[in-house]
Amino acid sequence: MKDPKAQNLLGLPEEIFFALCVIGGVLITASLIVFILTKLKPQNDFDSLTQRVKSWWVMAVVFTLAILMSEKVSIVFFGLVSFLALKEFFSLIPTRRADRRALFWGYLAIPLQYYWIHQEWYGLFIIFIPVYMFLFIPLRMVLIGQTDGYIKSVGTIHWGLMLNVFCLSHTAFLLILKRNDFPGELPGIGLVLFLVIMTQLNDVFQFIWGKLFGRAKILPSVSPGKTWAGFIGGVLTCIIIAWVLGPFLTILDPKQSLISGFIIGVSGFFGDVNLSALKRDMNIKDSGSLLPGHGGILDRVDSLTYTSPLFFHFVYWSFDFHTFGATL
Amino acid sequence: MRFLFFAIFVRPLLIIILGLHVRHKSRLPKKGPAIIVANHNSHLDALALICLFPLRLLLSIKPVAAQDYFYRNPLLKWFALNIMGIIPLDRKMRSKKKNPLSDINESLSKNEIVILFPEGSRGSPESLGDFKAGIAHLAKQNPEVPVIPVFMHGLGKVLPKGEALLVPFFIDLFIGEPLFWVSDKISYMETLSSTMTSLAEEGSFPSWD
Repeated sequence: MKDPKAQNLLGLPEEIFFALCVIGGVLITASLIVFILTKLKPQNDFDSLTQRVKSWWVMAVVFTLAILMSEKVSIVFFGLVSFLALKEFFSLIPTRRADRRALFWGYLAIPLQYYWIHQEWYGLFIIFIPVYMFLFIPLRMVLIGQTDGYIKSVGTIHWGLMLNVFCLSHTAFLLILKRNDFPGELPGIGLVLFLVIMTQLNDVFQFIWGKLFGRAKILPSVSPGKTWAGFIGGVLTCIIIAWVLGPFLTILDPKQSLISGFIIGVSGFFGDVNLSALKRDMNIKDSGSLLPGHGGILDRVDSLTYTSPLFFHFVYWSFDFHTFGATL
Repeated sequence: MRFLFFAIFVRPLLIIILGLHVRHKSRLPKKGPAIIVANHNSHLDALALICLFPLRLLLSIKPVAAQDYFYRNPLLKWFALNIMGIIPLDRKMRSKKKNPLSDINESLSKNEIVILFPEGSRGSPESLGDFKAGIAHLAKQNPEVPVIPVFMHGLGKVLPKGEALLVPFFIDLFIGEPLFWVSDKISYMETLSSTMTSLAEEGSFPSWD
């Protein structure tokens, strides 16, 4: 077991500090490579690459500050991510003028959902959107009384809430988990860092393997860029990195880390193509423009909508955590 | 007051709660005089256009607004004149003697940036109405001043006419190339409306009805 007292200058557990240094190192290397490329081949256009790396820096810094400041700040930060993602989603899909009030209630679900997390109220966190919002939003729409396009509207609005609020909020719940058998320990930061790093690396490695060896397309009608080589190479790389990183950064043992790597690798792929299908249906390339070089925030958190709940439940079943059930 | 209102309330509202997606930002003028013409769907339109410019230009940005609407009560009038900094326009042109555009001309001669909604009213949300010809007269009287067409999408969903509840959506703004006066009114209006249509076609928007 790791010694929770082993801390460095910033007051962080050693393994978290080390992981952050590695992220910093990777980003510095990326910036250097882009800098050298632009100097060596000034005739080529590296604008999108430069922007992409710059956005990575911003995301890494904001994310690090958010999860290290305090539990409250982290929860507000994840709530903000959900809000931005949901707003992008509602702006992308066709909506009806009559749905404005229903959409407004959808946004209000965000502070409530994250408040349950703050209360460590697992019982309500896990049913609030799938049960209460699921029943309430259509009720609000019935009261407005517009039945033209009702079915489609109910479906799309609930889908948006499930993906962008319910699924993403599992990342925040991961952060506040505390174990019954080790009450002094804070496993959350390590688990969230592990989940987010693995999910993003999985995206990157599926892309790289696909570029290097990709031939046979895996889902040509949804995402023509995705290949079998990218998928299999990405998942395998993800499993290996998870196996190395998991026991070091989190409370997971090597076997649990391997399984986590597999879960994140496979589900990350499906989270990605799920949003690709939505964008293809709407005939657009990027979900927005919030992150220059990447597109919108949905383009960045698409994989996380799938990896986050699945990884969370794997962890939640594997350990004895202190949370509240149906009553506080 | 105007600074505080925009710095503390309007900018955070538009940038964080809503989110502006601006295409061709480099086509915006760096300083006045200039005329910004845009489609009109919401009370937030003028605020969004003002937020396209840096705060230091705030005092030189003047939205043209209907006098009959904003002078309805003293509080609204105070807000329109002091916080929004509007140039009141007499839509009914009651005084025949005075050039109805003289206030705007004066503002332009002070190198200010004038915002104008040639549809004349917010109309039905997220649909582009016909432009009224006042803009052509204005361009004719100020042939050296650039007219920058801006197409906006989304604010009619956020806060349409007749609604008080604000619902967040992302906002798209498409900035067009500056236009100048051409020989006659009809061809000028045709150029302007075809520019707006092609700006609108740059985006693909989900249906909303």
